[in-house]
Amino acid sequence: MSSARTPDQTFDRFAGRQLLILALAGIAGITLLMVLLGWASSLTGASAGANVAVDPVTKTITLHMSTEPPQLNSSLATDMLSGMVLGHVMEGLLRYDQNSELAPGVAERWHIDGNGATFWLRKDALWSDGQPVTAHDFVFAWRLALDPENASQYAFILHPIKNAEAITRGELPVDALGVEASGDHTLRVELERPIAYFDKLVAFPTYYPIREDFYQQTNPRYGAESDTLLYNGAFMLTRWVHGAHLRLEKNPQYWNHEQIQINVLDFPYITTDPNAALNLFKDNKIAQTGLAAENLYEAMERRWQIQRFMDGSVFFVEFNFRDDRATKNLHLRKAIQLATDPAELVYKVTKLPGYLPGESIFPVWLKGVNGFFRQEYPAPAPTMDLDAAREHLAQAKRELGEIPALVLLTGDNPLSSLQSEYFQQVLRKNLGLDVRIDKQIFKQRLAKMTSGDFDMVMAGWGPDYDDPLTFGDLFASWNPNNRGMYANAELDANVEIAKTSLDPKTRMDAFGEIQRILIEDAAVLPNYERGSTFVVNPAMKGMVRRAVGLDPDYTYAYIDEP
Amino acid sequence: MWKYTFKRLIQGVITVWFIATATFFVMHNVPGDPLADAKAVSPEIRANLEAKYGLDKPVHEQYLIYLANFLRGDFGISFAQQNRYVNDIIYEHFPVSATLGILAIVFAGLGGVLWGALTALYRNRLPDVIIMFLVILGISVPSFVVAALGQLGIVNANNFFGTSLLPAVGWGTIAHMLVPSMVLGLGTMAYLTRLMRSSMLEIVNSDFVRTAKSKGLPPSRIFTNHQLRNAILPVITVLGPSIAAITTGGFVVESVFAIPGLGRYFVQAVQQSDYTVIMGTTVFYGAFLVFMVIVVDLLYAWVDPRVRLE
Repeated sequence: MSSARTPDQTFDRFAGRQLLILALAGIAGITLLMVLLGWASSLTGASAGANVAVDPVTKTITLHMSTEPPQLNSSLATDMLSGMVLGHVMEGLLRYDQNSELAPGVAERWHIDGNGATFWLRKDALWSDGQPVTAHDFVFAWRLALDPENASQYAFILHPIKNAEAITRGELPVDALGVEASGDHTLRVELERPIAYFDKLVAFPTYYPIREDFYQQTNPRYGAESDTLLYNGAFMLTRWVHGAHLRLEKNPQYWNHEQIQINVLDFPYITTDPNAALNLFKDNKIAQTGLAAENLYEAMERRWQIQRFMDGSVFFVEFNFRDDRATKNLHLRKAIQLATDPAELVYKVTKLPGYLPGESIFPVWLKGVNGFFRQEYPAPAPTMDLDAAREHLAQAKRELGEIPALVLLTGDNPLSSLQSEYFQQVLRKNLGLDVRIDKQIFKQRLAKMTSGDFDMVMAGWGPDYDDPLTFGDLFASWNPNNRGMYANAELDANVEIAKTSLDPKTRMDAFGEIQRILIEDAAVLPNYERGSTFVVNPAMKGMVRRAVGLDPDYTYAYIDEP
Repeated sequence: MWKYTFKRLIQGVITVWFIATATFFVMHNVPGDPLADAKAVSPEIRANLEAKYGLDKPVHEQYLIYLANFLRGDFGISFAQQNRYVNDIIYEHFPVSATLGILAIVFAGLGGVLWGALTALYRNRLPDVIIMFLVILGISVPSFVVAALGQLGIVNANNFFGTSLLPAVGWGTIAHMLVPSMVLGLGTMAYLTRLMRSSMLEIVNSDFVRTAKSKGLPPSRIFTNHQLRNAILPVITVLGPSIAAITTGGFVVESVFAIPGLGRYFVQAVQQSDYTVIMGTTVFYGAFLVFMVIVVDLLYAWVDPRVRLE
């Protein structure tokens, strides 16, 4: 044994030391690089969020968003997130209060009858630059939304106003619109036809005011940045770093600012990843987040306050009624209707908390004449009956010959997969029908829905305004959303009654008829009403969730340290 | 050298034009409609939208308009974010992706070279076995798993220590960059480690190293100048494509850590059939990659005097 090292060992030792020096130099280099990059990115305006989810000192609530709003021009906005931000920073003629009832907004009084409506605007309603909100701002915004050059997808929601539809078509100039400002504080609206729910429409973002001089100054970038938008709501957007951060601060010019208790609503995190959002909640960085089914157990273990609410959407299977489709046959549809069970789908297959089995395309929360629509007009939902289903199938086979494989078009998310596999499985087992699942990403699915390339399609609908008509006209023969081209003269007639009548009872009767026809005709198979489960930081109180209108609503939120 | 560079740049421009043209026509032939939304619109509103975005013209005419705008450096307005210019999207979000990408590639390159050299030095001994096992893990575990685990690790550490050591999500400070860039660079680092290790082992037994040793050169100089410098060449060769993979593959990491990079626009634009953003990001990334490959080739000549640029 010799203590002397071989030349190779000596070399390795030197080389090892050399490697260590290089490594240290490398780490120093990386640190320097990071400092440089950190400094560089602070120049571009990216910013870190606040330290805690709920800060009682600065009255700040920190939250996350799944994606940022595409833009905040209220005349063009179509999506939920734009609606959420706009609902906090803008105010329409009317708004929803803590109990989700219509309440005065910019208008302090209003009167609506068969021919038109008059709104008297409050004099202390101001824009964030201190100028008063006038009737002219509403006239300008509504004309803008209908202007063919502006091409708003939600122009249709203004169509009850006189001449609105003709303006969208380009047949009349925008100033032919039946709305006029008499003085700065009175807005008169002429309607195309009597309509029973105009008060509910004016709470919708497309009806928010836009001030002409500001719009012209910033066009075409109106609503693209925080400084190219003028605010008249409870909050204003003081910071918008695209894809990274939105910050809403209390608007001192808001007429009702004394009632607003939160100073800052901060959204410094934008991520589509629900697990990232959950991690932020665990880390006490955000005050509210949705829960997926797989996180429920952990949430219960951590004793979080779990809350549920129905978000208002209904999901269903639509049939294709085009001539070359087997699903045009009533008996085949009846067979499928009687062989499937939404309760089984919701409670045994998807098993998502808060979901309700679908019985009707009219969801349970819609209001009827006095109480809830579905209590006044219970849905004649069929119960699963395999014998009857097989009889219908036999009849369908006599009429059609052999039934070809049915194409079920569906989305690419896990829930759609479960749902479509349920139908595939049940129809094979109970009826011996062959169902082929056609799974497509969103835009491709839309393309196939529009071109009619399906026998059955998984679809859903969320309400635009708080009236059963937002669901009731879905299957009218003229509705572009009726992708299966279902046409039923009796249903169309009832839609017409619901649209034009002013008598609540007559209208609700018509919706009752629509509900009955859709079920009897097996035109659509309701699957479920969507529920959502979420957790809230116990220090934040007063957040309002609702199916129609601004959701979630932090306008009335306050901080209450337990 | 200048002539070579010029020639490569001209080739690069042609490549980018080809990418733009191919993307344009493939995009228009893929089913999916940029104007379609969850709620269908009436035919008249639809017609207004088509006119606004110029989609009412025949495709070849749209292509010529596109090329003309492209030459002026104007990528148009996004379909999904109706009042944002695609140029602004790239301008605002690419620096973030680039920051993340640079850090990741530096982590990967430095780590790969150091770990590779270390494993070669300790070949078949314990450090080698452990590191090579981790390398296999690093290559085979996809980044969305590593990203989610990394984030969970941060949150658990924060909860355990009762203080905010590192932010779990977000962007803006050095602390925000550390974990995401390591996660993003991990796969490449593992790959480079393997590459570096085999390349080192080959060099250790080569004639010129033996000559240098017998000449009596100091070991530190042999190691750095003869072994490392030669072994690093294959690493540099794959660095070009690695930069490609890292800067365009940041989508998952950006999404998990809520980083406002260009990656999410690049991916979501395709899902949303957002024509202008697809074209803008694809052409931009295409040009960027072509440029990086040219840079790596020039760098290669600088590191290896045997390579002559002709």
